[in-house]
Amino acid sequence: MNSGPAITVEEHGGDVLLVVSGRWTAPHAAEVERLAAMILEATRGGGSVRIDLAAVERLDTLGAWVLDRTRHELGDRGQPADFVGARPEHQTLLDEIAYRGFQEPTRVKTSRVVDFLADVGRAVVDAGKDFVRGVSFLGEVMVALFAVLINPRRFRFPALVHQLEFIAFRGVPIIALISFLVGAIVAQQGIFQLQRFGATPFVVDLIGILVLRELAVLLTSIMIAGRSGSAFTAEIGSMKMREEVDALRVMGLDPVQVLIVPRILALIVSLPLLTFLSMMSALLGGGLVSWFYGGISPEIFLARLQGAIALSTFLVGIIKAPFMALVIGLIASLEGLAVQGSAESLGRQVTSSVVKSIFMVIVVDGLFAMFFAAINY
Amino acid sequence: MDDAPHTPLRSADEREVVIRVRGLEVGFGERTIMKGLDLDVYRGEILGFVGASGTGKSVLTRAILGLVPKRAGTIEVFGEDLDGLNPASRRAIERRWGVLFQHGALFSSLTVKQNVQVPMREYLDMSDRLLEELAMLKIEMVGLSPDAADKYPSDLSGGMIKRAALARALALDPEIVFLDEPTSGLDPIGAGDFDDLIATLQKTLGLTVFMVTHDLDSLHSVCDRIAALGEGRIIASGTIEDMLASDHPWVKAYFHGKRARAVMAE
Repeated sequence: MNSGPAITVEEHGGDVLLVVSGRWTAPHAAEVERLAAMILEATRGGGSVRIDLAAVERLDTLGAWVLDRTRHELGDRGQPADFVGARPEHQTLLDEIAYRGFQEPTRVKTSRVVDFLADVGRAVVDAGKDFVRGVSFLGEVMVALFAVLINPRRFRFPALVHQLEFIAFRGVPIIALISFLVGAIVAQQGIFQLQRFGATPFVVDLIGILVLRELAVLLTSIMIAGRSGSAFTAEIGSMKMREEVDALRVMGLDPVQVLIVPRILALIVSLPLLTFLSMMSALLGGGLVSWFYGGISPEIFLARLQGAIALSTFLVGIIKAPFMALVIGLIASLEGLAVQGSAESLGRQVTSSVVKSIFMVIVVDGLFAMFFAAINY
Repeated sequence: MDDAPHTPLRSADEREVVIRVRGLEVGFGERTIMKGLDLDVYRGEILGFVGASGTGKSVLTRAILGLVPKRAGTIEVFGEDLDGLNPASRRAIERRWGVLFQHGALFSSLTVKQNVQVPMREYLDMSDRLLEELAMLKIEMVGLSPDAADKYPSDLSGGMIKRAALARALALDPEIVFLDEPTSGLDPIGAGDFDDLIATLQKTLGLTVFMVTHDLDSLHSVCDRIAALGEGRIIASGTIEDMLASDHPWVKAYFHGKRARAVMAE
């Protein structure tokens, strides 16, 4: 009963009778195609062709399409072909399908060099547009912030608290852990390398300055860009996809004010707090390693630390935090709002949000380094 | 076994049952959605499935498709108990049904044509030319214009999404199609066209159609049989005349309401 498609070819004085039998269905696609090619081959040079469908067990759209296509191709070759003996339900299907050529999609010819140049040009223009969009978006956020300042009742306090919990409070364990580990690693490497010069005690200066000025704020910003920036983009992006952002707009609510201001404010508050936590945690890690691995007791560590760093060292680090927060928040929101209809675009924007934030965090850190060097701080 | 041609069905004893549900119980947490539900779907019929919102029409569909776990009961499709199947036979069954989800569920990162080709590529061995032609054929069969083939789902209107999703559901020439509210969100003319389309496809392809719908016009014009779900079981089933004659208060309210009377009066 489970028979594949089959054909037999009979010649009657120049005319050909094709008896088609078996199942001409999708599961036998390869066989169906092979037989169709065989029909074209076997009837070459013959006269008109009759295709007898009476013995066809089962026919679906694939089988009907291929049979009808073959019939047309025979006709185009000057061999009129006709179906005979089709069962009524097969005839209905054949009529419904009615072979017609589909236009091959036209491919525009392009040269690789031109494509490459066009891609480079597009990337540069996009980068420029990104920058302009970023600046104009910063303006929008500022306007929304001032609107909230003037009319504080419109500020969404619960949203801010909710975001603070997610960004700051739930971020504590992971930030504390990685900072502790990085502090410990820097201390271990510092002691190991400085031993050769007999300058082991200077590891305290190394840890103190490096952690407070640069490492803590960088680690925290990168972690938050990955943890919270991606979440913002995904949240805002999926709201954009399901037209929730449009729904806000038509209710007369400004999406920037409702969705973005609380998130950016929460970031600006959280990032300095987490940076401080990161500093303390890294110093603890560095201190412990110095004690157990370098033999520097906690009293000596603290005394040297006091000599090595000044308030300015700490301030340089902590001042950068809110700026990093602003950069991360702006990029994450912008990318979220740029999401189009598809799931793929959501993924692409989240990736680009994280990559751009981390890149910009490092760029901003470099700018600050130049700035502080210029003012001798 | 699956080769029975589509013939008009007469009495219950003669018809081949393609879906047989017995004593089905489905629930989430403390809530029981349906209990002791029995349902038969016969080959070649268009079964319309009605019920108040929240009575579990979609849940029943999803339970039959295996997307929602059941607590008790058996579901047989093509005479095979879905519980007792190994993964390979289960896939073989899944190839023989197509599903039109309520919101289309087209893959948003693929074009309409690629969406239709997904199941074909996965299951069928055919040349690129045939793959291309068949996808275009299905797209035209559901009444979409050829230039819709290269569009992404986000560029389509609601009606076009339903049609594209139907084209994907029909990609493998299934024997059963499940339609979850196929005409919801369409304008009356579009909905009427869609009903005609389903009827035509059912005739030419010999499909069995399991259609969840609220559309009284569809129930009236294309459904061979109607089943009403309520109180966690089938409260009435039969032709539209049987439904009109039913004594159940909800069925009565549904088929004798103001909207229903307007449809019947036509």
